[in-house]
Amino acid sequence: MKNRRSVTFNHNPLLEKGLPVWRPRLVLLGLLACSLTLVGRAAWLQGFNNEFLQAEGKSRYSRVIPVPATRGRITDRNGDVLAVSTPVRSIWAIPSDARLSPADTRSLATLLEMDVPELNRRLDSERDFVYLKRQLAPEVARRIADLKLPGVHEHEEYRRYYPGGEVTAHMLGFTGVDDRGQEGIELAFDAQLKGMSGSRRVIRDRRGQIIEDVESIRPPRDGENVVLAMDAKIQFLAYSALRHAMQTHKAKAGGVVVLDVRTGEVLALVNAPTFNPNNRSGLSGAQLRNRVLTDVFEPGSTMKPFIGALALEQRKVALDTIIDTDPGRMTIGRATISDVRRHGPLTVGGVIQKSSNVGTVKLAMHFTPDEMWQMFDELGFGTPLNLGFPGEASGRLRPARSWRPIEQATMAYGHGVSGSLIQMARAYLAFARDGELLPLSLTRVDAPPAPVRRVFSTETARQMRQILEHAAGPEGTAPKAQVTGFRVAGKTGTAHKLEGGRYTDRYISSFVGFAPASNPRIIVAVMIDEPTAGQHFGGAVAAPVFARIVEGTLRSMGVVPDAPVAPLHVAGKVEKPPVPKERM
Amino acid sequence: MIRVDAFLISIAVASALGVVASQHQARQIFSELEREQARARELEVEWGQLQLEQSTWAALARVELIARERLGLQEPQPGRIVIVEVPR
Repeated sequence: MKNRRSVTFNHNPLLEKGLPVWRPRLVLLGLLACSLTLVGRAAWLQGFNNEFLQAEGKSRYSRVIPVPATRGRITDRNGDVLAVSTPVRSIWAIPSDARLSPADTRSLATLLEMDVPELNRRLDSERDFVYLKRQLAPEVARRIADLKLPGVHEHEEYRRYYPGGEVTAHMLGFTGVDDRGQEGIELAFDAQLKGMSGSRRVIRDRRGQIIEDVESIRPPRDGENVVLAMDAKIQFLAYSALRHAMQTHKAKAGGVVVLDVRTGEVLALVNAPTFNPNNRSGLSGAQLRNRVLTDVFEPGSTMKPFIGALALEQRKVALDTIIDTDPGRMTIGRATISDVRRHGPLTVGGVIQKSSNVGTVKLAMHFTPDEMWQMFDELGFGTPLNLGFPGEASGRLRPARSWRPIEQATMAYGHGVSGSLIQMARAYLAFARDGELLPLSLTRVDAPPAPVRRVFSTETARQMRQILEHAAGPEGTAPKAQVTGFRVAGKTGTAHKLEGGRYTDRYISSFVGFAPASNPRIIVAVMIDEPTAGQHFGGAVAAPVFARIVEGTLRSMGVVPDAPVAPLHVAGKVEKPPVPKERM
Repeated sequence: MIRVDAFLISIAVASALGVVASQHQARQIFSELEREQARARELEVEWGQLQLEQSTWAALARVELIARERLGLQEPQPGRIVIVEVPR
């Protein structure tokens, strides 16, 4: 690049020498590389990898907001609402933004029903986010929003209400503040009940106001409703009968379960002590416990009919075989088994009716441990019912190989084997249903399910029904189980409580029975834990509860009375038993 | 040539305007749908609250109390129940 033109103003000797050829080329190349980089980067951002910037741009104005879904309702079999979610609002604040005048603070405190100092304490918090109050009624929340306080915000939540309160508490369980099931049906059927919140895209302006809906990304799916097998009327009957007994006998706890014999549905399930699911502050574990399903106990004499039935079934004895229970005690190994009083010679029916331990043990001696184990197993002891209820107990049935003779004897009258109250009730289905067991259901079933298995023959079940009817009669242990208008059948149980491996002088009184005896429709099982008002026999404590529940339940189901009652007058001519419309 | 161009341009413009219009319409309909859905949700909520109210009023404990104390009703004794046969 030698400049041959004579340039007078430029006589710099340095230039005279001329630059090496590579230097300007290098500079040019450098510049070219820089501009290529820029062009390449621009093309990359604009053309090839533009999602990121587009997303960033969109995020300045479009937002995806969640659309809440409601949790399904729980209703009883007739559609009465037992649990429903309704929206409430929670008020929260960003303490650093919330600079409230004293007057504002006062009006906010009034609306929140809080003390001013308490509110100030919360607003002085170090944290970025504090709840001022959760689950407020929407009207109150609206009035708070109208105050337009800086730094005070609200958001929508759902709250679950249980109109049944204490009556249905254990059955339904409850949900937490996040509207997810924590106990009972709410937990067992959470997957079905809970909704799937959806989302939608909106365009928001600078102030966050939604100015346009763009699209619905995913529509919310509301939770499904759950229809329980429970009948609110029967549930209430059972609840008030149990509460009455708890008070009369000053008992520690109790439970009742009512089953439909034809469908295996759980018509009522009550525990005491109970709790109010709408206000759960200060709850104790004892109140929360669903004893009917989760607690096992040694049932005592309510187990005897199964031994009697097995003896009849295997033709070890006939109905008229005489079993001598004198002198009211017997010794096995080093242990002595005794009766409450001497009964003398009894038939199988008499053994059950008088609830003779000695007689039952003599019946049980006809069997090998394996035979007895198999019957207990078939009746469902030691196996959970798989109702899907949280914490369901399976009961305890040890393998037959490990039974000692004295254990086989005590198991015959319900000690050394244990089950929950609902397992006991279900086992009685075998008597009430001509020998068959049904799967139980907490939800309404529209067609009777297929039987699980046959445990006894039809003939044995019918014989046992007669025996149990006598056991609940004037000659048996539970004349107080009698109901006017209906024939009832059932068995009492009075079991010593097992504590720390030793039997104590505290009792569990129980009664399991069914009605009407001529054609059973319901099974009612009652358990009263530690009655302390003097009486502790199942016939005195639990049988009256049974009677009260049976009377009301059969009337509400419209079952025709099967026992003669003396009517004051008869309308028209009534020759054959009338068939009232059945309410299912 | 220029005519064809003008024709094509006018078609392009018309179609662009059509896109804008239909987009606008779609958003309008969508927001209408949203409004109706919101209304449905509100009604659903109200229904739930009414059901709640109904079952609170119809709570069996309350019904029993009123029946027994205010109205003086009592359960019929079995002997006083008359069974009526409905002729078929």
